[in-house]
Amino acid sequence: MPVQRRGAAVEISELRREYVSGQGSVVAIERVDLKVAPGEFLCIVGPSGCGKSTLLRILAGLDKQTSGTIKVDAAGWPVENAMVFQDSGLFPWMSVETNVRFGLDTRGVPGDEASRRVEAALKLVGLTKFRKHYPHQLSGGMRQRSAIARAFVTDPGMLLMDEPFAALDAQNRVILQAELVRLWEQTGKTVIYVTHSIEEALLMGDRTVIMTAQPGRIKQIIDVPFPHPRDLLQLSASAEFGKLKLDIWRVLEEEVNRARAELEQ
Amino acid sequence: MTAKTQERLLYLISPIGLILLWQLLLMAGIGDRRFVPAPSDIALRYWEMIASGELAYHSAVTLYRVFAGFFIGIVPAIAAGLLMAMFRPVRIFFDPLIASLFPIPKIALMPLLLMAFGFGDASKIALVVTAVFFPVVVNTYVGAANIDKIYWDVAKNYGASQSVIFCRVVFFGALPMIFAGLRIALAVSFIVLVAAEFVATKAGIGYLIWNSWELLQVDVMFVGIVTVGVLGLISSVILQEIERKVIPWKAE
Repeated sequence: MPVQRRGAAVEISELRREYVSGQGSVVAIERVDLKVAPGEFLCIVGPSGCGKSTLLRILAGLDKQTSGTIKVDAAGWPVENAMVFQDSGLFPWMSVETNVRFGLDTRGVPGDEASRRVEAALKLVGLTKFRKHYPHQLSGGMRQRSAIARAFVTDPGMLLMDEPFAALDAQNRVILQAELVRLWEQTGKTVIYVTHSIEEALLMGDRTVIMTAQPGRIKQIIDVPFPHPRDLLQLSASAEFGKLKLDIWRVLEEEVNRARAELEQ
Repeated sequence: MTAKTQERLLYLISPIGLILLWQLLLMAGIGDRRFVPAPSDIALRYWEMIASGELAYHSAVTLYRVFAGFFIGIVPAIAAGLLMAMFRPVRIFFDPLIASLFPIPKIALMPLLLMAFGFGDASKIALVVTAVFFPVVVNTYVGAANIDKIYWDVAKNYGASQSVIFCRVVFFGALPMIFAGLRIALAVSFIVLVAAEFVATKAGIGYLIWNSWELLQVDVMFVGIVTVGVLGLISSVILQEIERKVIPWKAE
């Protein structure tokens, strides 16, 4: 798959999401201003409960902001965005193949074109042999590969990823990170990737957004200086990487401690 | 002897032992054989009735009524249960109806149904429909309402229309619970139908049992009772096999 197009551009301004319930209201995110360039790999890091998932869900159309605007320029793509969830979210009653095909069926892509694209997507993630398997017959890593194939096959302007590798074991995580970066380098899609791991964010992303604890705001945006294509293993062992990781951890540490202090009050 | 064969033996000992005890007591002259026939008398009568085709005839009538009512009843029940889970107004509309109509013993509707549908098969089938509907609608709703939230999110994010959500997500997500409802419904169908066949019909296992009571043919009565059990067992085994085929993703 040659890179023909770059991904969607996103402009978020003054975004705010407040949840109101019987016990009062909670501000999940506020004053979020963010521009994502076409084809950028953007990571969002923050302590638990900083609203990073809320932001992603709003972008995915699964939640609605209380105020603020989001402009997505996804002209030229068949689909604006596709989300990859933490627990794969594969339908247990569909085979891998049918799961991957789901987003094409719902959008009325004709039969043979859909088959051709599913074929290519399965090949891309190395699951051609497992196409007839059901999700419960696959390992966690294979399930996430299927979920990634299901997202890629729709040819979305941007990929939204909510800690997709958090539940995997360390070896599988490293392998899938490398595969995702390779896929991204080949396809040039915009990726917005939520994680709680600084290391993951620095390894994969062009920029890393650090969010504050409740209410979630943008604390700092860091340009990750490592050029692409990247060799993730080599990169993670380098001294510059270690230094940057430490710097960012210092920033994040404050937030984690603040979030903890608030919980203990 | 392995633990498994031991368990199988134990499994058989209680029913066989009971039948044996029953037989021996009557052979020893304890109990009146005119009122309490021995298992051997029942077995003999069973064989006679199979040979004459009488049992097959009554069984066929009962099975026809059960399955006609079962299938007519479950289709709207499944649809209503799924729609209740998908759309709040549908649920609010159906909730009080179900809560008030479910506890009514369905056999109490028989006189009404006789007035509405007459003395033929239609009134019996209608009774089975009313009995099947409620366990299936409730189970379907519970199954669909408890589908993991992530599947709704995926469906929405991947552009699924309401009809796609209905057919490809909610239906399959609820399927294990739907089958739990079908199993209950199947048993309930036999229960209400045999009772309904006590009156206003000249065929069916229920008629056979009631008629033999009026003629004091106690052995025939037992043949009828055993037949209901056998028919129920066979149909529930078939239902389980179907379930295994259509729910391949249920982890083995």
